[in-house]
Amino acid sequence: MNTILITIVSLCAIGIVSAVILYIVAQKFNVEEDPRIDTVEGLLPGANCGGCGYPGCRGLAEAIVKANDMEGLLCPVGGTAGMQKIAAALGREVSEAAPKIAVVRCNGSCDNRPRINRYDGAPSCAVEHALYAGETACIYGCLGCGDCVEACVFDAIHMDETTGLPVVNDKCVACGACVKACPRSIIELRNRGPKERRIFVACVNKEKGGTARKACSVACIGCSKCAKACTFEAISIENNLAYIDFTKCRLCRKCVGVCPTGAIQEINFPARKITPEIQETENTPAVAAEAKETVKPAALTAETAVTGTLVPTAVTVVKEVVVTEEVVTVEEEIVTVEEEIVTVEDVSAGEKAEEPEMTEEREVVEETIPEEEKKEVPRKVDLATDEEIDFKI
Amino acid sequence: MLKMRAMKNRVISPSPHVHSGDSIEKNMYGVLIALIPAFICSVLFFGLGAVLVTLTSVVACLVFEYAIQQFLLRKRPTIFDGSALITGVLLAFNLPSNIPLWIVVIGALVAIGIGKMSFGGLGFNIFNPALVGRVYLLISFPVQMTTWPVPAGVTTPLTDAATGATPLALMKAAVNTGKPVSELISSGVVSGYRDLFLGNLGGSLGEVAAFALLIGFVYLLFRKIITWHIPVMIFVTVFVFAGILHLANPDLFINPVFHLLTGGMMLGAIFMATDYVTSPMSVKGMTVYGIGIGILTVLIRQFGAYPEGMSFAILIMNALTPLLNRYFKPARFA
Amino acid sequence: MLKTFKIGGVHPPENKWTADGKIEVLPVPEEVVIPLGQHIGAPATPVVQKGDHVKAGQLIGEAAGFVSAAVHSSVSGTVTAVEERPDAGGIPRPVVVIKVEGDEWMEGINRSERAEHNITASKEEILKAIGAAGIVGMGGAAFPTRVKLSPPPGNTAELLIINGVECEPYLTADHRIMLERAEDIVVGTMILMKALGVKKAVIGIENNKPDAIGKLQGIATKVLGVEICPLKVKYPQGGEKQLIKAVTGKTVPSCGLPIAVGAVVQNVGTALAVYEAVMKRKPLVERIVTVTGTSVKKPGNFLCRIGTPISRLIEAAGGLPADSAKVICGGPMMGRAMANLDAPVTKGTSGILILSEKEALRKPESNCIRCSKCVSVCPMGLEPYLLMDLSRFQLPERLETEKVMDCIECGSCSFTCPSHRPLLDYIRLGKGRTGVMIRNRKK
Repeated sequence: MNTILITIVSLCAIGIVSAVILYIVAQKFNVEEDPRIDTVEGLLPGANCGGCGYPGCRGLAEAIVKANDMEGLLCPVGGTAGMQKIAAALGREVSEAAPKIAVVRCNGSCDNRPRINRYDGAPSCAVEHALYAGETACIYGCLGCGDCVEACVFDAIHMDETTGLPVVNDKCVACGACVKACPRSIIELRNRGPKERRIFVACVNKEKGGTARKACSVACIGCSKCAKACTFEAISIENNLAYIDFTKCRLCRKCVGVCPTGAIQEINFPARKITPEIQETENTPAVAAEAKETVKPAALTAETAVTGTLVPTAVTVVKEVVVTEEVVTVEEEIVTVEEEIVTVEDVSAGEKAEEPEMTEEREVVEETIPEEEKKEVPRKVDLATDEEIDFKI
Repeated sequence: MLKMRAMKNRVISPSPHVHSGDSIEKNMYGVLIALIPAFICSVLFFGLGAVLVTLTSVVACLVFEYAIQQFLLRKRPTIFDGSALITGVLLAFNLPSNIPLWIVVIGALVAIGIGKMSFGGLGFNIFNPALVGRVYLLISFPVQMTTWPVPAGVTTPLTDAATGATPLALMKAAVNTGKPVSELISSGVVSGYRDLFLGNLGGSLGEVAAFALLIGFVYLLFRKIITWHIPVMIFVTVFVFAGILHLANPDLFINPVFHLLTGGMMLGAIFMATDYVTSPMSVKGMTVYGIGIGILTVLIRQFGAYPEGMSFAILIMNALTPLLNRYFKPARFA
Repeated sequence: MLKTFKIGGVHPPENKWTADGKIEVLPVPEEVVIPLGQHIGAPATPVVQKGDHVKAGQLIGEAAGFVSAAVHSSVSGTVTAVEERPDAGGIPRPVVVIKVEGDEWMEGINRSERAEHNITASKEEILKAIGAAGIVGMGGAAFPTRVKLSPPPGNTAELLIINGVECEPYLTADHRIMLERAEDIVVGTMILMKALGVKKAVIGIENNKPDAIGKLQGIATKVLGVEICPLKVKYPQGGEKQLIKAVTGKTVPSCGLPIAVGAVVQNVGTALAVYEAVMKRKPLVERIVTVTGTSVKKPGNFLCRIGTPISRLIEAAGGLPADSAKVICGGPMMGRAMANLDAPVTKGTSGILILSEKEALRKPESNCIRCSKCVSVCPMGLEPYLLMDLSRFQLPERLETEKVMDCIECGSCSFTCPSHRPLLDYIRLGKGRTGVMIRNRKK
């Protein structure tokens, strides 16, 4: 009995003494803080992503409370809705900001942009960018080491294995971490657009048309056809590069049709009307189907990488190779050129030989397209002769 | 176009473009080679039991490492880098040769699963995995872990072998009963220094042969796998600290040479404390780490509840390693 | 006991196969591409236009600012373009392209073989001649020599160290000039001594070049104040701070210049260029380049004009071997892998190394096992494993306190790492970012 009593009393005594000490310390070292900071922090998502430019959510909360209005303060994760809640709590007004998403402005997949080197250093775009132009001849395009993927805390950006380019998914909250991580400033935050529809120039190459086109088949060559086609003055050309101002763009898609290289991408638009010819093609025997396959990388990927829809120009291309005879010549040519590679380069390892074949096939296919048809197809540019073509129009 | 194609396969990378050819495997297998003399000695002293325990421990460690990497972490298993092999051998070397084999398997699971993989695998563990396994077993199975067979040569029977206490346990018992420790050796209760050096005494299967472990130490230094700092600092500290105590009261504290030659001192200092992952990076850090282990070992041996203190000392200093790395920077050029 | 620096260092296999190969003169190519920025600092301002006729040795680019160097035409011919062309890394840089017509040299340039040993020029004249000749450090860093010879106020040079270490494996260009142009190098050293106003000069040579040590020793004994200092073979002894430590035992302070301990270091190649500039009025338009590699047919040392395409050099050495996978401009430890073989030889190109597929590819990286080998080999006493992580996590403030700016980028850490981690790749990146942070703070 006595033991129990002593235990209880001593425990109570320790408790009381601790409480008194805690109280005194709390009083003595109390830090006066605006209680509104806690309120605002509670309304923020708490992801501490740093997308707002402040160190974590508390940092933004402090900045919001300190500021007199909501100008320039935006939590990209909570978006406008979240900011409105905060503004209401603080009795302020907030201006409407359209929801945004990260957009990768490069379409230099392995097919579009031939690899001329193998990078074997640390898997970091920043490291590669500091020393080299990259694996391709394009000194502006995506390096494909995935610094943006590493920077994303929302699991919203991933590398596509086949194209070697990053792809943004719906989880993106436009925090801007990938924009900062990209050493080549390829990623941009753009309006999500109505029904997630967006049009943008998927290229940041500032080289002159010829050089850019040599490095990448879907490069913007700065021909300014899109700018002329645009009725809303949304497209500007600077340093041989077109840029679509998303605040002015009305998503009319005129620019997409006139782009000779297919550098302008449209996303989430419904498929355009498919002409009867294309259905015929699909019904023709295996040879034609194969021909279509070989043409695809050159003409199709550019416009339809994301949506998979067919655009008019692609249809014309398919039309061109429907003729079975032509297809055969195409294949023959491929074979001969392959042999050439082997003799010229003296490629020893089998796996090494594979890569050049790919690009070679594509180039040959383009070469075999008849001259007169080329005039009809504005988008078709012959790779083999492009050294002579002057792109200044 | 031709030029472009000729350039196709060129490799580009930042400098340097050459490598010394050193690899994790070379270092790990180097340590294993250094452990061979001690293993031969243990077989000579404890017979088949030593082989069985070592084999069980190694196989169990490899299996657990593979299973955890393959099925839990879903990473490419790296069981051939030699690190699990070393953990297996070192764990076995820290066990008595007559221990039931199922206990060895539990020890291996704790060593690999908790000691290594729960931290993220090789390179991320805070504590030496083999020691984590050993200490876990020591606390969970105190009887089996402290029943030491008396070395009886290669033909030592697997079961029912004569058992005896380690010299350190005898010392502890002497201290606890108030007998002067100086009488231990002179009275013949503990074998003489020659036997201690050769390893003809009771103890864990790999820790007894001091000279075999020293051969391994020379090999490690020769191959430049470890530097001399940690082991030598431990030896010096133990010698000096135990020496001071011995001079102060020879009846209560045994002479320092006894400390150096008994228990896990050699095995711990040469092979366990120098574990890459859990030891400090700079020479200054290594020195402090060695001194710390030395002092703690002698303190635990002389004043603690356990007769042996090497494992605990190393584990405690392992925990301090990140701190040592932070405060003891290498000698800068300027 | 031979002298060497104290902490860190590695011993990569030397592979100096071309050490016995006499310097061959490479024929003048049909076209040269002369970059305007071959040095550290602002690129030179072009003073020629498309269509201009130039002679060999004629100024084509003026130094743009204090830290910059003049650029001269290495051939005679017509300027066909002043434009941007990809450098070895594939990044476009301003160049002057000259189509070669004959081999006509500027008047006043003494191209005779006859040695000129009588230094008549005054200190000011020497400095002016060095600046006008566009001489930069020939060891690889290509820092303008004129700037190095002008100590900042408050500092005085006491000792000139000539760097004949050539610690990079494979390279033998410096070794060959020490053998074939020993006298000129000593005269160049004396000119540099006069320019600096110092009484003493030490030529540091690693002990793996006993013939060069012997030859220079023989000449130096006749000259007052010039000494030869044989050094123990250890990489990176050619690093400025390491060489000063090895020769004098003095330590250059963190982020400090060698002049802080009264030393100025110049490469042997620079000494030779200084000799030619001052005694023969010849600007820096040629240099010796080692072309080597395991499967190179005719490895050798070539005297070639600045601006010669590197592909021409490789052809001279027997062409690009079939198994070549990596072509390095410079040595294997600090050189740069080339993305573009049409890039020209510049003032800083000391060698071309061709590695096969097997030698070239890095092994896959694995976890850091914290073996501390990178710490023990770092010649600056840094902690590469830590710097790499800090750089990855983008913590420039921590990097600064861990002295990342002291890193000399020698590559010893990556060379030695048993886990094959790209330590230097990330440290270099972190060093760059920290440098930007420090510069922004100063503003």
